[in-house]
Amino acid sequence: MIITRVSAALFCALSLAAPALAQSDIRKPECVAPANPGGGFDLTCRVAQTGLEPHVTNPVQVTFMPGGIGAVAFNQFNTNRTDDGSAIVAWSTGSLLNIILGKYGAFDENDVRWLATAGADFGAVVVKADSEYDSLKQIMDDLAADPQSVVVGAGGSVGSQDWMKGALLMREAGGTPMQMRYVAFDGGGDAIAALLGGSIEVYTGDVGEMVPYLESGDMKILATLAPERLEAPFAEIPTAKEQGYDVEWTIMRGFYMGKDTSDEDYQKWVDAFDAAYATDAFAQIQAERGLLPLNLSGEALTASINNTMDELRTIATEAGLIQ
Amino acid sequence: MDTVLSGLATGFAVAFDPFNLMLVLVGCFVGTLIGALPGLGPINGVAILLPIAYGLGFPPESALILLAGIYYGAEYGGRISSILLNVPGDAGAVMTTLDGNPMARAGQAGRALSLSAVASFIGGTFAVILMSLFAPGLAKFAVTFSPADYVALMVFAFASLASLVGKSTVKTLLGATIGLMLATIGIDANTGVNRYTFGIPDILAGIDFLIVVVGLFGMAELLTLVEHQARGTLKSLPVDKSFVQWADLKLAKWTILRSSIIGFFIGILPGTGASVASAVAYGTEKRISDKEGTFGTGDVRGLAAPEAANNAAAGGSMVPMLTLGIPGSGTTAILLGALLMFNIQPGPMMFTQRPEVAWGLVASMYIGNVALLVINLPLVGLFARMLTIPQHYLTPLIAILAFIGIYTIVGNPHDLYMITGLGLLGWFLRKLEFSLAPVILGFVLGSLFENNLRRALSISGGDWGILVADWKSLLLYGLALLVVVLPIWLARRSRKRSGGQEAMAD
Repeated sequence: MIITRVSAALFCALSLAAPALAQSDIRKPECVAPANPGGGFDLTCRVAQTGLEPHVTNPVQVTFMPGGIGAVAFNQFNTNRTDDGSAIVAWSTGSLLNIILGKYGAFDENDVRWLATAGADFGAVVVKADSEYDSLKQIMDDLAADPQSVVVGAGGSVGSQDWMKGALLMREAGGTPMQMRYVAFDGGGDAIAALLGGSIEVYTGDVGEMVPYLESGDMKILATLAPERLEAPFAEIPTAKEQGYDVEWTIMRGFYMGKDTSDEDYQKWVDAFDAAYATDAFAQIQAERGLLPLNLSGEALTASINNTMDELRTIATEAGLIQ
Repeated sequence: MDTVLSGLATGFAVAFDPFNLMLVLVGCFVGTLIGALPGLGPINGVAILLPIAYGLGFPPESALILLAGIYYGAEYGGRISSILLNVPGDAGAVMTTLDGNPMARAGQAGRALSLSAVASFIGGTFAVILMSLFAPGLAKFAVTFSPADYVALMVFAFASLASLVGKSTVKTLLGATIGLMLATIGIDANTGVNRYTFGIPDILAGIDFLIVVVGLFGMAELLTLVEHQARGTLKSLPVDKSFVQWADLKLAKWTILRSSIIGFFIGILPGTGASVASAVAYGTEKRISDKEGTFGTGDVRGLAAPEAANNAAAGGSMVPMLTLGIPGSGTTAILLGALLMFNIQPGPMMFTQRPEVAWGLVASMYIGNVALLVINLPLVGLFARMLTIPQHYLTPLIAILAFIGIYTIVGNPHDLYMITGLGLLGWFLRKLEFSLAPVILGFVLGSLFENNLRRALSISGGDWGILVADWKSLLLYGLALLVVVLPIWLARRSRKRSGGQEAMAD
């Protein structure tokens, strides 16, 4: 009894305190992470869950739909749940690459509605602390002299976005991606272990996952693959471009919805994200999850994705992954 | 040493806080139940409860203590359905069925449950002690384990399993081959090409281990039960009040110790977890101590080995996570995610920056292991009673639990078809008197073997010499040779000796 009264009072106080806070009224909002719990897609959905909390009337539930690196969810939302206005699905640049490589079957980027981003991450070229490499230039020189001389490893298979980073470096050094001595690990954790253990020399990881290791000094980040210098704690690390190599790799993370979602439902979500983007709290949530701000929604995102897809298609063709 | 002791003191102060103590108990209890349900294992338990722990606004150390309690609670609970129903509760409990279930069928369910609880306790506690003393050094060693060394480890695992189970060597090998074939399904990591996916997106990433376990074991067991029921050859078991005896522990003490060591070290290695640990421990014990050929028919040592090993592995996999920020298993990957959610950076700095979290977690593992033993032993009688449920209730119950378990974690109806199909395959194989354990082991070890072999060869640029370039690899090959040759040599020697004696008698 007391609890209801207190919460009723609290509710009144809150609604009085924030009269301007418009909330999107979405029934049973759901964020589908197309993978097992604990990975990047889970993290993406958690950003929606906590970040949207003040901006939607009902809390966003996170559900999991693993299977085929996101293909199961992609197909599901192209066949059965094309008009589900309550559900959003997490994606990343890796998903875009999979669409291009045909891993998601017959459906492509025009078969879903791109909703919003959760944030961005950037590629990083990482070596062990006591590595002979002290700059990206040394690696690139070695690659240019003999493409087989450097052992590169990362957490994804050949053709994955982790491999792409290595492939782009290789191309820049004058070799072909298929010449690269690339070792595919089962996730970034195993690849980092292999780097620390000396099995691989260069790890093409992401900036976000490096935060815990910055202080410990076990590894050196020789370059970020960001378009421009990042803010602290990465402010000291030069980009590949600054070092004279035109290699850039941005990992976008975000959400899409089924193709036949009504404009009204779609707009409710867009509004909620736009409202969240405007707050400091959302930036804080991104930072806590190792994401850097990259806030795009609705039309702007769709346009950006179409550009990215063109670029990725070119790269994938050059790398020999598609004809 | 001083830092360890003062760290532990900090940790116990955190863990003995009444609220945290309660969370350890709740976590262990819930974990045991989750582990006991076929299909739901530690990874799902932790994943399901993570958002709840976060949502309740617990301080990070409390939330982590709760989740860790669920983790090792589930490792304990996995044995229950293995022993009682012949259906592994989770991936690490596959080997537990081999001797645990025959014991239950012989009316010794209580003895099997209580013995395995004690073995789990010793394995788990052993791991925590080693972890608190040597964690940083061990983690540094674990990362030096290169892909080539993993290949050697897998060869050792195959060698220790070669004579594993089943009456016919050919059928064991065929079973392992079927497992290896199942493991090749999905995108090939080294080339990015789809293998044997037949355009089905659901299996692009391969078949989940849990689905193979629940399908091949759970569903196949179910079909066998239905078949017996239809034939009217089922007999229900009397209530048994058996309990573990000192003699059992005396018999199994070296087994438990050896298996704890094996389990702990395999657990530390990133990428290998409780399932590999329990398989290697069982295989090694069978080679070392199964002189009468009683393994697989309800030998207490055959039950104690995998249980000590899988709990030791659960502790071991915490080592690289806490000290390096590298998860040693799927479950620790989720715990790592949990740390990040609480804005704690796991890794080398955690013990100095957030000692209350790091040491609180370690201390809670000591308490958790004791709590699990205390919770589990009195419940043995209750669990054992499950077997007195008439089969026509029990069979649908197993089916419901397995289907719900699989659907809860993945939410993909395709997986339900998969377990049904694999169940039919398993039933068919059992009809042909295949043992299913080699299939599962072929599946687990096969993909680890293949991936690491190809990694090693990518590193060396195709030079096979890398496989024998390191002392760790050579040591493991040596051990592999030993476990194959030693029993043969011993058998021959004892035969010669008894032959000699006969000759003397003449």
